[in-house]
Amino acid sequence: MTLYLSIAVIVLIYLVIFQISKASEYVAILKGEEQSRKNNNKINGFLMVGFLIAGLFGVWYCNHILFDKTLLAHDAASVQGEKVDSMLKWTIAITGIVFIITQTLLFWFSYKYQEKENRKVFYFPHSNKLELLWTVVPAIVLTGLVIFGLRNWLYFTGDAPNNAMVVEVTGKQFGWIFRYPGKDGILGKKYYKVIDPASNSLGLVWSDSAELNLKDDPATHDDIVTEQVMYVVKGKPVKLIIGSRDVVHDVGLSQFRLKMDAVPGIPTTMWFTPKYTTEEMKQITKNDNFQYEISCDQMCGNGHYSMKGVIQVVTQEEFDEWMAKQKPYYYAAFPNKDPDNLPLPAIDSISTKPAPIVITTASDKSTIVKK
Amino acid sequence: MSNEVLHAHAEAITVHGDHHEHHHQETFISKYVFSQDHKMIAKQFLITGMVWAVLGGLMSVLFRLQLGYPDAHFTWLEDILGKWWVKDGRITPEAYYALVTTHGTVLVFFVLTAGLSGTFANFLIPLQIGARDMASPFMNMLSYWFFFTASIVMISSMFVETGPFSGGWTAYPPLSALGSASPGSKTGMDLWLIAMALFVVSSLLGGLNYIATVLNMRTKGMSMTRLPLTIWALFFTAVLGVLSFPVLFSGFILLIFDRNFGTSFYLSDIYVNGVGALQNEGGSAILYQHLFWFLGHPEVYIILLPAMGMVSEILSTNARKPIFGYMAMVGSMFAIAVLAFLVWAHHMFVTGLNPFLGSVFVLLTLLIAVPSAIKVFNWLTTLWKGNIRFTPGMLFAIGFVSLFISGGLTGIYVGNSALDIHLHDTYFVIAHFHIVMGVASMFGMFAGIYHWFPKMYGRYLNNTLAYIHFWVTLVGAYLIFWPMHYEGLAGMPRRYYDYSTWESFKQFADLNRFISIVAMIVFATQILFLFNFFYSIFKGRIVTKQNPWNSNTLEWTTPIRPGHGNWPGEIPEVHRWAYDYGKDGKEFIPQTTPVGAEESQH
Repeated sequence: MTLYLSIAVIVLIYLVIFQISKASEYVAILKGEEQSRKNNNKINGFLMVGFLIAGLFGVWYCNHILFDKTLLAHDAASVQGEKVDSMLKWTIAITGIVFIITQTLLFWFSYKYQEKENRKVFYFPHSNKLELLWTVVPAIVLTGLVIFGLRNWLYFTGDAPNNAMVVEVTGKQFGWIFRYPGKDGILGKKYYKVIDPASNSLGLVWSDSAELNLKDDPATHDDIVTEQVMYVVKGKPVKLIIGSRDVVHDVGLSQFRLKMDAVPGIPTTMWFTPKYTTEEMKQITKNDNFQYEISCDQMCGNGHYSMKGVIQVVTQEEFDEWMAKQKPYYYAAFPNKDPDNLPLPAIDSISTKPAPIVITTASDKSTIVKK
Repeated sequence: MSNEVLHAHAEAITVHGDHHEHHHQETFISKYVFSQDHKMIAKQFLITGMVWAVLGGLMSVLFRLQLGYPDAHFTWLEDILGKWWVKDGRITPEAYYALVTTHGTVLVFFVLTAGLSGTFANFLIPLQIGARDMASPFMNMLSYWFFFTASIVMISSMFVETGPFSGGWTAYPPLSALGSASPGSKTGMDLWLIAMALFVVSSLLGGLNYIATVLNMRTKGMSMTRLPLTIWALFFTAVLGVLSFPVLFSGFILLIFDRNFGTSFYLSDIYVNGVGALQNEGGSAILYQHLFWFLGHPEVYIILLPAMGMVSEILSTNARKPIFGYMAMVGSMFAIAVLAFLVWAHHMFVTGLNPFLGSVFVLLTLLIAVPSAIKVFNWLTTLWKGNIRFTPGMLFAIGFVSLFISGGLTGIYVGNSALDIHLHDTYFVIAHFHIVMGVASMFGMFAGIYHWFPKMYGRYLNNTLAYIHFWVTLVGAYLIFWPMHYEGLAGMPRRYYDYSTWESFKQFADLNRFISIVAMIVFATQILFLFNFFYSIFKGRIVTKQNPWNSNTLEWTTPIRPGHGNWPGEIPEVHRWAYDYGKDGKEFIPQTTPVGAEESQH
């Protein structure tokens, strides 16, 4: 019932607007078209300056109510993000000034130079000086922004520091798989044709296959694989080696101000240094439910909007504690190789020689298998 | 010398034209359906474009409904659209993505390319350069009918069982290549590709024709530097299209091969859930993105340049003042046209592109801001010390400049890779391109329609409705897209069906509802325009003056309702540029007026 009522009201509004418009046309003809045209011109001229004032107020008001909901309301959560923010602030300042000046001129001129009976227009077809002015000035300002931007860009995309820990991130419809290199510090080889969603979600090459021309890579045996939640350490650079199992995804890290596509067949990388642990961010954002979320930022299918991952930023101690609890993925696939399932002496021989977690930058070659 | 050749040419056409008028019996079919008159083809493009604009707009209202009211149940929608689209009163994710994808494809290609340059290139080129018709009226007719066929195929994709294509208007493979990865990539994608291929053909037939006509068929005295800026803009647009659409087409061909013939141009190392590992190896998904954006970026200017050209013409006419810096305007359009081909990879900063290559594209991208700045300042100076008449066309032209500034400035953010790495694929990008390319070009199109409607139909549009249309649309456009910048600054990603489970983005639920409401109001206002348009074709105030806006250009020297051939007698000769407004104390001096002995030089 309300539906039909709303339809009736909408139709009625249309009819009223239309009748008024039609009537105003007849009135115009009666009053003389020239006269009514001039009246309309005045109204629109007034609206021009009205729009300018209301618009500038609106810009302020919008910022007033929305600023706190953006990421600029508090610090970036990564060292790289700080640079993005500072560049963003400069860009907002520069474009903001240009915005206010040009919009003001546009609507002010429209108002001021609206048609007047005896106004003589100024025949002003060109001026080389002016044109030079607004070619050179924007070019100089833009050069500044380009230099500013490229310095940051080359820093962001440059090599990760040597002490960076390495995590491999793989996107799939619709979730994330993370892999840590394990004790040997090397991400073992993988090949997509041996993927088995039940026991080998990344296709790690841990057994020989004559058909696929693969040889068991021992480096895979200690790799740690987790899903949905990734642990990284506060203050320690982390290098992500990003890939995809099916379509193009994107690792979007809004609090760290970074993102990088996950492309099937072509590994990409990104590194950053987290500044605050998840707990600290809960304080900073005053939100007890705060999470560092990984959002998929590249259209990847009907579940795109639900492709969420979580990054837990923790202290080194917490990380070590967590890592100690993780079992190599290899043992899940081959339980009989798990030292926990072996007779006691074997456990001793392993547990008496605890290897430190050595993390080196895995060369890209070890992560891709060439046939 | 060249003038003599042109003159002879013009006379030859004149003779043909006279012949034409005497002997040609026009039937309904030849006049309204398979017409070869450029003016009728322009109207066909316009009205088809308007139908698509309504459909595309309606789609955006539907998906805004989902974004604004993610928890509501609109059971009545289920009755209208059916179970595939709406389940349990909620738009399904499949339908949501299909709507987003089709909205994008249709608005970019069918409305703002075919509807905009198809309409105004066809309508204005012969009328403003002084030609009887296009270089090849038959090709012109084919151009429309290829577009029409593309439209039919695209519409038919809405009705297939697996749904229309739903992988985004950019159609990145592997998603678009693998039916197993998304139901929309099955039959829906086949139809999408066929429609787009037909569209490319249409666009090429049209574009070649526009170029040939502008280069060869100008009337006597109409040198290139006397062309109105509309024609320059439409000319550059056609050149861009002819050079870039074939690249898109080649990208599509490879995609068709990957989809149907087992090739691996774009596919490598893929394991699809529920299907297993695919055989394809060695392809590059990024290759498609290069091919796509090699068209995709010029496409932005294909959409924008005609609007810029028409706005220049309309601003100058209604400010009663010459356009400031005519040669700078032409030069900046040329610079934009050249740079348009050299910036495509700024859409790909975060694909893993070589960072050095990325740097080069940052430089070239921000370079394009220079000619854009020149244009803005020239428009502002054109208004300065003018005598402005706020015709509906003029209002939309001013609105265009405002939107172009707002959206252009945010281009400086996303064009700078170090900021794009944060803003890429967020609502910031949506806000940026909708303002600068979507709404601004739409405003250019409205400006053109309001300004040339009297020439098209011999009647005026209703002014009061036009004013309401303009102010509501301008305010609404800003209310919709301005706050989206803030969502983008929070990293809120594009193309999400529902944000309620995301701790980082769910704070915008109220704002999303507000935006959806404004979007519906703005859409409703467009219905007002549509009504005004179709009503005025038949019942609008009749035009009694040959030159209602006191404009200088040639189209206003034709009869109020020109026949096929445009001028009943000889084609007028041109003696000056198109922008002598307010010169030597004269209100305006049409292009056909010979230069007087006393006249001042400029």
